[in-house]
Amino acid sequence: MIEFNDLEDIVFLIKKQYGYDFEGYSKASFLRRINRFMELSKLSSIVHLKNELINNPENFNTFVNEIVVNVSEFFRDPDFFKSLLTQVFPYLESYPKINVWSAGCSFGEETYSLAILLKEANLLNKSRIYATDISTKALEKSKKGIYSIKDFKEYSNNYFSCGGKASLNNYFVSDGQKSIISSDLKKDILFSRHNLVTDGVFKECQLILCRNVLIYFNEELQNKVLELFYESLPVYGFLALGNKETLRFSSVHDKFKIIDSKQKIYQKIK
Amino acid sequence: MKVIIIGGSAGSFNLIIAILKELNKEMSIPIVIVLHRLKSAETILEDYLQLHSHYIVKEAEDKEFLKAGHIYTAPANYHLLLNDNLSFSLDVSEEVNYSRPSIDVSFESFSYALKENCCGILLSGANHDGAAGLKIIAENGGETIVQDYNEAEFPSMPRAAIELYSNHSVYTMNTIIKKMNNYAT
Repeated sequence: MIEFNDLEDIVFLIKKQYGYDFEGYSKASFLRRINRFMELSKLSSIVHLKNELINNPENFNTFVNEIVVNVSEFFRDPDFFKSLLTQVFPYLESYPKINVWSAGCSFGEETYSLAILLKEANLLNKSRIYATDISTKALEKSKKGIYSIKDFKEYSNNYFSCGGKASLNNYFVSDGQKSIISSDLKKDILFSRHNLVTDGVFKECQLILCRNVLIYFNEELQNKVLELFYESLPVYGFLALGNKETLRFSSVHDKFKIIDSKQKIYQKIK
Repeated sequence: MKVIIIGGSAGSFNLIIAILKELNKEMSIPIVIVLHRLKSAETILEDYLQLHSHYIVKEAEDKEFLKAGHIYTAPANYHLLLNDNLSFSLDVSEEVNYSRPSIDVSFESFSYALKENCCGILLSGANHDGAAGLKIIAENGGETIVQDYNEAEFPSMPRAAIELYSNHSVYTMNTIIKKMNNYAT
């Protein structure tokens, strides 16, 4: 196990060796994830960790995945999706074409949840969803769209709570153990690698979803990423953050209007 | 800065209320409460606690700094961590001991940030969350207290902590409250 004092060395080593910058990560989360990686990889001290990072570059991807990958679920926080459906979708209808950015898409559950709701609102056919993540492993998994059916009962409940109109099963093909997202839903989603820390604006998007990603960053990096989102939105575009994330302390705070203060949905107004 | 962090699960809610009622009114050291609660729990927990405390009771917010005179609760469905600059970090990574918030996760994180300034208290509960984290607090020089499991409504959580590490102080609720009041300056 390593401690806070060791982090600076590790951040420096990773930046030098691999060009990844973890400087702006929340230190407590970063420390926890590194210790988890060390536990899984049976590394007992900082010396072993440094050895691993320096001498086994082929394992670095595994390291990154363990640090950044997030668990998610379909229609997590149904109240959020319900709010999106009732307060944001009616605006989106007025656009001839809709670009959506699902930033930090992890294993794709949230991206597909959104796609399902867009489809039911008859908006998916004019939408293009850009789903990005820093982890290539997460992107591969997202693209495949295969999920264990273990939690589907909960997902289905969530789906109905947020205003789902049909049946969640309609969007999956299942073999009794695993379910795969139907290809019809996938065709309007583009998965690609994007690093929020170092990469810039790549597309103007009318809606940006980035939920439970900013909590892993320190305030400075949070602010930088929120500025990036601001730049990526047209005026009247929407930004949705996680329930425990806020624009309140950021430099772009006064350029947004609050659409739903509890569900953290904002609209750019200038 | 000294900080008290309390972990509890089944059978702990009333104990926390009892503690808050009996705390010395001069006391202001920050207290953090990690209670297992339902994912969908509304925030009435904080309101109930506020009714019985001279502290300001609030849910811990991401990147908020720990302050004296405040009691912070871990939000439902997030792990609560502490940065070394004594600001909170929330985390939605996998459940630990089927729990999020997990007491183990918070105890461990607070211990790394606070070292000997962390006082960990583990109360009644029906699983073994908190045992591993409380051991880390003890090993980092912090004070560690476990509710006497003969008295706990659900003894398995305090018992697991003692079985994993026998040097924790084992007290009944009355003594736990007295020990906490020693932190009033």
